[in-house]
Amino acid sequence: MTAEPQARRTPAPSSTYLGMPKFQKNAKAKLDDPQLRKNLRYATTTIRAKRAERVAEVADWEELRQAGEAIKTRTLRHLDTYLAQLEESLTRNGATVHWARDAAEANQIVIGLVQAKGVDEVVKVKSMATQEIDLNEALEQAGIAAWETDLAELIVQLGHDRPSHILVPAIHRNRAEVREIFLREMKQYGTPAPEDVSDSPAELAGAARRHLREKFLRAKVGISGANFAIAETGSLVVVESEGNGRMCLTLPETLISVVGIEKVLPTIADLEVFTRLLPRSSTGERMNPYTSLWTGVTPGDGPQEVHVVLVDNGRTKVLSDPIGRAALRCIRCSACLNICPVYERVGGHAYGSVYPGPIGAILGPQLRGIETELDKSLPYASSLCGACGDVCPVRIPIPDILVHLRHKVAQTKHVPKLEPTAIALAGWALSDYRNLQFLERFSTLAGKTLSSRSHLGALPWPASPWTNARDLPVPAQESFRQWWKNSHKEGER
Amino acid sequence: MNAREEIFSRIRTALADVTEPDPALDVPIEWVYQRPTPMADVLDRFVETVEDYKALVVRVPAAEVPTRVATLLRGAEVSSVVLPAGIDPTWRTAIVAAGIEVREDDPPLDRMELNEIDAVVTAAAVGVAETGTIILDHAADQGRRALTLVPDTHLVVVRADQVVSDVPEAVGRLGASVAAGSPLTWISGPSATSDIELSRVEGVHGPRKLLVILAE
Ligand code: SF4
Repeated sequence: MTAEPQARRTPAPSSTYLGMPKFQKNAKAKLDDPQLRKNLRYATTTIRAKRAERVAEVADWEELRQAGEAIKTRTLRHLDTYLAQLEESLTRNGATVHWARDAAEANQIVIGLVQAKGVDEVVKVKSMATQEIDLNEALEQAGIAAWETDLAELIVQLGHDRPSHILVPAIHRNRAEVREIFLREMKQYGTPAPEDVSDSPAELAGAARRHLREKFLRAKVGISGANFAIAETGSLVVVESEGNGRMCLTLPETLISVVGIEKVLPTIADLEVFTRLLPRSSTGERMNPYTSLWTGVTPGDGPQEVHVVLVDNGRTKVLSDPIGRAALRCIRCSACLNICPVYERVGGHAYGSVYPGPIGAILGPQLRGIETELDKSLPYASSLCGACGDVCPVRIPIPDILVHLRHKVAQTKHVPKLEPTAIALAGWALSDYRNLQFLERFSTLAGKTLSSRSHLGALPWPASPWTNARDLPVPAQESFRQWWKNSHKEGER
Repeated sequence: MNAREEIFSRIRTALADVTEPDPALDVPIEWVYQRPTPMADVLDRFVETVEDYKALVVRVPAAEVPTRVATLLRGAEVSSVVLPAGIDPTWRTAIVAAGIEVREDDPPLDRMELNEIDAVVTAAAVGVAETGTIILDHAADQGRRALTLVPDTHLVVVRADQVVSDVPEAVGRLGASVAAGSPLTWISGPSATSDIELSRVEGVHGPRKLLVILAE
């Protein structure tokens, strides 16, 4: 151990998402990282294949998706009704409900609850909501150590890192790196990794088990999110694989769950739809190893003090857009990430928030408002190929929302954006064949001039937003119409 | 305005376009709940899918359950076991006769004590054939949640009449338990992770060994 005073209680993350440059700039940096690209391609292709196999087993998959969509749509369109019911059910079952308008308020509530228990550490289940509000850092500032207990999150935390994928957050690390991180960091924060630990995933998982067991056995406060919150019964549901979730939900005396207000489902019966959709879409399993459901306080079993913090943090902003609100149906399965050709190449970090991939591109800008360069660029982080919408288990029309948000971005700028300009130009060209001929001649002239190159680099405005993120092929040396004319005789038309 | 009031007011403003107050009329849901999934043989399928998760499954006539409980525990080299209060007394007798130390959870063992125990034996509430899932509703024959979590081996006895085709039927059967406030634990194989290079490792924090007896 080093002698220097340890000001922090947990490993410091390397960077913050705040002030991230725009997507295309981040993406460029990531494209230069061949290891990351290789790992990501392997992960996404493997999970994609497993998902396809498991989805094919379900005869009524399309009906099931429609049911998932309808249930979520109904809930969102009557969110006030269901939230009031959820609060009532939770309270009736012994839970204390807290409301947080934004991240700062949610963090303050959690810090207050932890401090009231007089403890300076908590164990945590992987949760997107707590990552979104950056709870770990807020707790650290308050002198409270928050231990991530999901293996991948542990790798990320001990590696002073940020997650790169919703489902496999440490996919950017290979086994040798994980071994190094464990050997270097575990001993500074608790039970060390055995000196002779190899880089086999089984041995590394064993080291994590030993390291965390000590923390589980002494933890007084657990912190979780929830995949679903059932309004009718006041039950929360956590879906997981390793059993770290069960440890955090069961062993501590106090449990604090931070839940986005969009996580509510009307009835316990609805669970049959989502527990079939989620694991098959997510990990490509028929069912994930563990699902826990609890309803407030169960006398003699598990935490006897149960808090639920219901968080807005931009969700009502998303809700106010009748087209964009469909993004709130998301059950965080990550199928859209794994299918996305852009995500596969640049990874999660480039999206500059905890929600990467296609869902991040539509949710991030809506949650935060389209203000920063990053949020203005995210709706363009897509080729609009449509694959994400097709795999989404709750049928979120991601490409439509991307286009919708591009229009919104365009409205925030004084200068016209490329696409409206291009569409106007296309309209002009197609309105009169002479206009089209003129453009074709211009384009083929450019093609002849540039014929020694196969791709153009970045073009100046108005094409720059397009070509900054794409390789533009050199224009053909003859237009389709010229080619048709030259290669077909009059009579053959 | 406090946070609660403000969030509700934001929601109502955001939903100004929703004019139909009845959720069911506003968004109809075309879905038949609790429908069985057709399959040739529910029990065969259950055994197949549980085995797929690398759990051990044995099919046993109901009368032989106590002796098989004891032999499976011995086979797994278990020397101590914790039993929930409501367990079938004939299982207990067989386990004691096999020379395995039985720890009672009465008064409740603390987590350090539980951590020293090799195994737990429980009944179950529902088995799901299509997904290979065993669901506990933590009734007296299954015990509180920590019992089936901290020991490294979990032996669970599922009765044939508890096995249903798929999740919809299972959720239907569990409605009453949830309404009564019982927690649920859904178990599909031993704990597992694929977090390092997507290579699957069975056994992380939850029980690393899952032994299943299907009693017919
Ligand atoms: S948007 Fe759909 S596919 Fe993407 S993570 Fe959410 S639920 Fe899954």
